[in-house]
Amino acid sequence: MKSLNRRKMLGLLSVAPVAGGLLTTVSGQALDSANISSREKIRERYFPNFILTTHEGKKVSFYDNLVKDKIVLINMMYAKCEGICMPVTMNLKRVQKLLGDRVGRDIFFYSITLKPEEDSPRALKEYAEMHSVGPGWQFLTGAPAEIESLRRRLGFTNPDAKLDADKSQHIGMVRYGNERLQLWAACPGMAHATWIAESISFVDWPRTGPDARPREKGER
Amino acid sequence: MAHISKRNRKREKEAQLAQKNRREIVAAQLNRREMIQMGLLTGAGFLIPKKGLSARPLTRSGFPMPDDICQSPGTSAFTEAFTPMTVKQPETNPLTPTPTIAPNNAAGEGRTRNHQVVTSPFPPTKQYRIVQQAAQLSVHAGLPLQTLWTFDGKSPGPLYVARYGEPIIVRNVNALPANNGGFGKNQVSTHLHNGHTPSESDGFPCDFFPNPANPLIANATFYDQYYPNILAGFALTNPPNGDINESMSTLWYHDHRVDFTAQNVYKGLAGMYNLYNDFDTGDETTGFRLPGVPNPTTGVPDFDVNMLFADRCFDNSGLLFFDLFNLDGIIGDKFLVNGKIQPVMHVRPRRYRFRWLDGGPSRFYQFFLTDLTNLNAHNLFWQISNDGNLLPSPVQVESVRLGVAERADVIIDFAPLAGKTLYLENRLEQTDGRGPTGNVLPAGQGNRVLQIKVDLPSVPDNSVNPATNPQYYTLPSTAGTPRVTRTFKFERGNGQWQINGKFFDCNEVRFKVQQNSIEHWILQNSSGGWQHPIHIHFEEFQTLLINGQPPSNSPLVQKGRKDVIRLEHNTEVKLFFRFRDFLGRYPMHCHNTIHEDHAMMLRWDLETVGDTKQNP
Repeated sequence: MKSLNRRKMLGLLSVAPVAGGLLTTVSGQALDSANISSREKIRERYFPNFILTTHEGKKVSFYDNLVKDKIVLINMMYAKCEGICMPVTMNLKRVQKLLGDRVGRDIFFYSITLKPEEDSPRALKEYAEMHSVGPGWQFLTGAPAEIESLRRRLGFTNPDAKLDADKSQHIGMVRYGNERLQLWAACPGMAHATWIAESISFVDWPRTGPDARPREKGER
Repeated sequence: MAHISKRNRKREKEAQLAQKNRREIVAAQLNRREMIQMGLLTGAGFLIPKKGLSARPLTRSGFPMPDDICQSPGTSAFTEAFTPMTVKQPETNPLTPTPTIAPNNAAGEGRTRNHQVVTSPFPPTKQYRIVQQAAQLSVHAGLPLQTLWTFDGKSPGPLYVARYGEPIIVRNVNALPANNGGFGKNQVSTHLHNGHTPSESDGFPCDFFPNPANPLIANATFYDQYYPNILAGFALTNPPNGDINESMSTLWYHDHRVDFTAQNVYKGLAGMYNLYNDFDTGDETTGFRLPGVPNPTTGVPDFDVNMLFADRCFDNSGLLFFDLFNLDGIIGDKFLVNGKIQPVMHVRPRRYRFRWLDGGPSRFYQFFLTDLTNLNAHNLFWQISNDGNLLPSPVQVESVRLGVAERADVIIDFAPLAGKTLYLENRLEQTDGRGPTGNVLPAGQGNRVLQIKVDLPSVPDNSVNPATNPQYYTLPSTAGTPRVTRTFKFERGNGQWQINGKFFDCNEVRFKVQQNSIEHWILQNSSGGWQHPIHIHFEEFQTLLINGQPPSNSPLVQKGRKDVIRLEHNTEVKLFFRFRDFLGRYPMHCHNTIHEDHAMMLRWDLETVGDTKQNP
């Protein structure tokens, strides 16, 4: 009702020609934004529903299938990287081991390629197999423009344009978060594996209340 | 790639159009009512976000997109009243349960280590209880109410007015909600910045509560912090009361929860803490006679005014916006002073003491006093402290530069400016989180953060004229051979913030400092792109060398005792420390809170036996 009134009001008033060329068309869309939840705003800004392909050749929607309602860990890499990718992947494997079978159950690892042009699902599968990554960890590729958009949205960027273009200097940070609880942070991919695992616990489900995670028998 | 650059060109064009439109609005001098009538402004008072005006791709939520710089809705300048901080009052009845030396985990305390008690009685008779809670606050009449995280419903939180010789205990209650509204973590560790505070009360980043990983404090609801308000050196070098030349004046407190400090402080968890003594009395007829007239009603002296500066960004709906995925530093386009956007302050024609604090998260400021009717004027004032520590004597300045967390106390004499309107103007150009560009903008072209109108009636001024060169404290000696000289390199590799190539880990003690020893620390920033305001907890330092030169060759204010050193581009500093009095864990970190939250921090421990690691 409120926004309808506003839109109506604007529609009426915007016919007045003012401040030369200032007014074009008035979009009522954004006026509703105060009523959009913060979770929805986060989704819109950071988590587009791009269709990506996993290293197992499966098509997935980034937000709906990979991020929504989950605890996730996201980094970027490429298969032929001779810099930081390899040690970070090895480090994250240690993290995966520390987190045990929760990875794949309610915690998910995603490594997104920086070079979708050369990283086919097959190439990523080889990389995953080389590192013997366990279940719950997917390597992702997609349309180059969408991968680039994703990289920028997820903040894997360098403000120095030259460094940003140099993929060997790419961001080695690992983003971690809990989508439903709107808890997001990041730590270096080369931090101690025990510390990365501890950091992920910062965004874990509470022990009690509506968001509590059902515990397995014998689990603390 | 062609696709990308095409999109960028389009966006650039939109940005240019937007700037043109904004300029037109400014040039037309449209008032609020006119803008609403024209459909440029919503009833709530912010600019209508549409293409060409906001330069943002329109999403349904109107949320700024990652590549865009912050463009908050328009707000009128200098219509909000400057709000002095309200003073925190002690409890009239003793706290229950009674504070204990050992952590009272059974009653819900989140502390994990015993208090190192150095004053008696314990608990101290002056006791406070403060509640961290969400509250709906207005930052500007033209924006909707914001759900902020506060101390006692206030942001900035209430002002502590403390005195040396009066130890206090603060019961810090955590009532923050689980639903964070988009950012913030409802686990806290409140740091008293520059407090000579025992480790367990310091607000160490990993001492947050509740902490689900520790069964003893998994459901903790409060944390008792003991502030002895005692001078450094009390235990050994200057017993029993410490070294008067280690006196501090202006401190602040803020959340320090590891990995979430930037979010929590941005959301409002910060306040200030003034410390008086028999020289810096709060009464301009006694001691150093600094501006200040006791006011029993407010609890803080008149003409002694705290100002917390914070830049913020708001989304298209006018709500506080925090860029969760930013790794570099967050720059806002709205300038808040004590929680209000660009307020106006009315002053009397006399001397005032202002206590300035750069509350971050990432912006550096250089403040000038600007008179728009005479842009060529050099409006001088006096800087009397650096990081809240009085200098040996006042230094006359035209401007003061502050990195995140740095403080400066200044004396401004408004008597010769009676009838004028002045602006506190930040003229240091900064366009992203990396640090200032180095350009100092011409007068009138910076960010005017506060309007000061010298339009109140005159009153007597019994404070000392700083021009008479009054003497405050002398600097403690930096003589003595260091037990060890340690070197720390602050850098970025693959986007990962690091110190000596390593990353923060709560559980890793990078080096151990031996109690009652002197150390020299060399801090290096070899980058030409990034600046880092580095903060060391617990003991202050004095700067021995900046790029190989003694600080006498730098501005005089650099000679003071400090707790934050600005590592500007390609800078190396050598610092003098003397470690005393307490034992335990403390951090050193970059106070660009985005860098800090991304591991540009280390833990060092103060112990009876230290190590001599030179590159820890």
